[in-house]
Amino acid sequence: MKTLASETSSKVEQGRIVNNFSIHVATINGSGSQSSNNVLMRSLFQMGIPVSGKNLFPSNIAGLPTWFTIRVNKDGWIARKKEVDILVAMNPQTAYEDVMSLPSGAVCISPTELNLEKARQDVIHYVVPFTELANQATDQIKLRKLLTNMIYVGVVAELLGIDFAEIEKSIRRQFEGKAKAIDLNLVAVDAGRKWAKESAAKKDPYYVERMNKTEGKIIIDGNAACAIGSMFAGVSVITWYPITPSSSLCEQLIDYLHEYRRDEANGKATYAVIQAEDELAAIGMALGAGWAGARSMTSTSGPGISLMAEFVGLGYFAEIPTVIFDVQRVGPSTGMPTRTMQGDILSAYLLSHGDTKHIALLPGSVEECYSQALDAFNLAERFQTPVFVLSDLDLGMNNWMSDPFPYPEKPMDRGKVLNAQELEKLGKFERYRDVDGDGIPYRTLPGTNSPIAGYFTRGSGHNEAAAYTERADDYLRLMDRLNRKYQTARKYVPKPVIETQAGAKVGIIAYGSSDFAVQESRAQLNAEGLATDYLRLRAIPFTEELRDFVEKHDRIYVVEQNRDAQMRDLIRLEMPDLAMKLQSVLHYDGLPIDARSVTDAILSQEK
Amino acid sequence: MVESTLKQDAKAPNTNRIGLTLGDYKGSPSTLCDGCGHDAITSQIIKACYELAVEPHKVAKLSGIGCSSKTPAYFLSRAHGFNAVHGRMPSIATGVSMANKDLTLLAVSGDGDTASIGLGQFCHLVRRNVPMIYVIENNGVYGLTKGQFSATADIGSKLKTGVSNELPPIDICSLAVEMGCGFVGRSFAGDPKQLVALLKAAMSHKGTAILDVVSPCVTFNNHEGSTKSYKYAKEHEMPIHEIGYIPFYEQIAVDYEPGSAVEVKMHDGSHIVLRKAAKDYDPRNKLAAIDTIHKAIAEHQFLTGLLYIDEKKPDFTTIMQLDDQPLASLGQDKLRPGKDALSAIMAELK
Ligand SMILES: Cc1ncc(C[n+]2csc(CCOP(=O)(O)OP(=O)(O)O)c2C)c(N)n1
Ligand code: SF4
Ligand SMILES: [Mg+2]
Repeated sequence: MKTLASETSSKVEQGRIVNNFSIHVATINGSGSQSSNNVLMRSLFQMGIPVSGKNLFPSNIAGLPTWFTIRVNKDGWIARKKEVDILVAMNPQTAYEDVMSLPSGAVCISPTELNLEKARQDVIHYVVPFTELANQATDQIKLRKLLTNMIYVGVVAELLGIDFAEIEKSIRRQFEGKAKAIDLNLVAVDAGRKWAKESAAKKDPYYVERMNKTEGKIIIDGNAACAIGSMFAGVSVITWYPITPSSSLCEQLIDYLHEYRRDEANGKATYAVIQAEDELAAIGMALGAGWAGARSMTSTSGPGISLMAEFVGLGYFAEIPTVIFDVQRVGPSTGMPTRTMQGDILSAYLLSHGDTKHIALLPGSVEECYSQALDAFNLAERFQTPVFVLSDLDLGMNNWMSDPFPYPEKPMDRGKVLNAQELEKLGKFERYRDVDGDGIPYRTLPGTNSPIAGYFTRGSGHNEAAAYTERADDYLRLMDRLNRKYQTARKYVPKPVIETQAGAKVGIIAYGSSDFAVQESRAQLNAEGLATDYLRLRAIPFTEELRDFVEKHDRIYVVEQNRDAQMRDLIRLEMPDLAMKLQSVLHYDGLPIDARSVTDAILSQEK
Repeated sequence: MVESTLKQDAKAPNTNRIGLTLGDYKGSPSTLCDGCGHDAITSQIIKACYELAVEPHKVAKLSGIGCSSKTPAYFLSRAHGFNAVHGRMPSIATGVSMANKDLTLLAVSGDGDTASIGLGQFCHLVRRNVPMIYVIENNGVYGLTKGQFSATADIGSKLKTGVSNELPPIDICSLAVEMGCGFVGRSFAGDPKQLVALLKAAMSHKGTAILDVVSPCVTFNNHEGSTKSYKYAKEHEMPIHEIGYIPFYEQIAVDYEPGSAVEVKMHDGSHIVLRKAAKDYDPRNKLAAIDTIHKAIAEHQFLTGLLYIDEKKPDFTTIMQLDDQPLASLGQDKLRPGKDALSAIMAELK
């Protein structure tokens, strides 16, 4: 799918641009446009065309402007496209600005009363009498607004040539079980279709044609993928406090657990989900459960991570497993809560006071949201420590195409836990002794029926036998062992993914949701004559491949979605001797990163 | 009968029902100040567990941070213990309870730990009714940080520096009743007989059992006039009844006068017998309980005993409909759904 050919090369065939454009729908939050946009996106997907959909929404329930952007791309590039090709301008509040920001030659579909034609004469306009069409479609005044959204689906579908059988199929799916809603929406789509067919002469070059590139694929958001991964990882205690963009992770997990982890006969559950009173409590509960032997997790975003700091330090120091999903959003403080950012790299890595450093996984796709959720629980129990999964809003809340997830091959790794029989054989147990030389001690669980199983867990200084100590030598031994354990983790965390090109002297390093844009950018750079190698980080601590990669290249661009080059600085700390090779490409305006921005930033630094 | 149980305890043999000695219930030596009320409470916890023949490995000891929160290290060394962060023990307890509902959670906190920094978690723990014994060793000060006011400090009380506290104290017991707690008791570190009986009763309760125990801080708050001093507590203690506890494995041969005592049956079959002392008091009446507590405070009485009990309130593990096996003991077969489940989920997303 992803050859390194840039899209620009095959763009226009005889004035037609096929399966290669972006649609930008501007509406008002809470106006019900979400279902229309989903129907549009799914119809394209069902036609076999690679597609992605992103909701660029405000922190608001109703009234503020919101945009949905759909990218259609035959080559499979599904990052956000910076340029808008087709605008559906339904929101009077933003219509003028929306149309003014279009590139010349783009398409604008808008309601008659907005009078947008005059604003831009270098844009192809379709002016639609939405109000009139809605009035004809229903006599129920309340429904007219909602139906207007489906009418634009009909207009867009007719103009682009989207198969109406697919539109109908996705409407039936969207409103499953609601016969009335299905009928009404079909009527609305038809109204739009008819109008476009009869009254709008095709003036733009954009078309869709059936392909076979989505067969067998799924559409899913990263939060659902993390939820599914957690369920198959065997999570049994889940704690959370609602926060955008992480809430839907636990909400979807609750639905899955209810379906698959509850005894149908007696209603009993192999899990407990607790909506905590705050994130302080959420992490406390997760740690309590992890200490007592359950697979536990919590899910949050930046503000929650800040609140969890003290407890996470206890988890590190007292060596307690749990998994923390951080679906990152724009900070600092409340920031822009519904916008995306990779802003918690350093705060998660170093969370808490004293010398702490944590294991953090960096999923780069929805499939990795699933697989790294599985990894995270194994790592947490293997290393007896809190493990972070650093997703973000773009990955977590937006719709992505993916291959279906494979069933986990590896059995659950419960780590070094001693039971009563093993304790009896050993005759002696010390909670924090490094018996195997890998820095990882053995633990016992409360409830173990043995007179030597018990120990006292504390966040204060402790020796190998878990007894209180303030002795300098005890403290040094403990801190050095914890460091040894962290070094061992380098061999267990997911390795980076490396892609090379013959003769490349320039290397790109990226992670997380930037992957899609970086892949596409490499194709664009190729078209400009710049060959690049690419290393995608998938975990902290770093593995040895990273140093090799940096050493091998003349210049390295670390692409990330924050202002302060957080990951680049972390790499610099790790290899100060190579620090000067590391440059940055930074994207931090709250919008999902796009290829063009990456390409332009690299080219300007290459000059 | 109540007396006879106690007498029998007094000449108990060297081992209890499960063959353990009193020493088996001890912990490491205390590092608290000589005469600290907290140590007296530790002794009664050891005694109660020994006499009830609690299996140490089935206990999880929990605490926050403070002098009081150090004490779980001084009892039941065979049990697992968890000294959490300041004020946040309730969340740890909630997680432990969810992971292993078969454990007996025995928690110790301080007045600062519970009523200041931890007030939010305390309220939510009680609201959820997480099954556990929660002892607050209440001395009206922050002992460990050298004597600052806690939220239970008396109005008008003075620090050694002369600073005086102008804010009214939070009464942990009436707050707990208000939050819906099903077992609320108050006692005094210097009243071993009542304290042991309350501790035992708390251990038979299925739900959160709150015991607010006045525990003088001899170093920072044992002066004349402090309501949390040995002198004040001894002079003003007003037991609302004499409390007797009869474990489920002992026969009840009731020998009290009808009408003079209240008997409460616990979920595990044991009984609490409350012999009327000073007042006509029924600890099953919520409004009366709050009323009595507040009247006593107004009259400078120090009310002790079982202040409120409701044995019917469902506990959190019941509400959560947990599997019969503790979640922590479940293996992959129960925790990881099969291949068909994943295929079904994937099919829905196509
Ligand atoms: C987050 C945090 N803030 C402050 C402290 C310092 N601190 C330790 S113990 C304590 C007060 C303890 O008071 P209390 O719970 O009443 O226990 P006592 O020592 O009186 O038994 C404080 C403020 C801390 N450990 N953690
Ligand atoms: S300072 Fe007070 S509370 Fe702390 S150990 Fe000493 S007497 Fe007890
Ligand atoms: Mg105190």
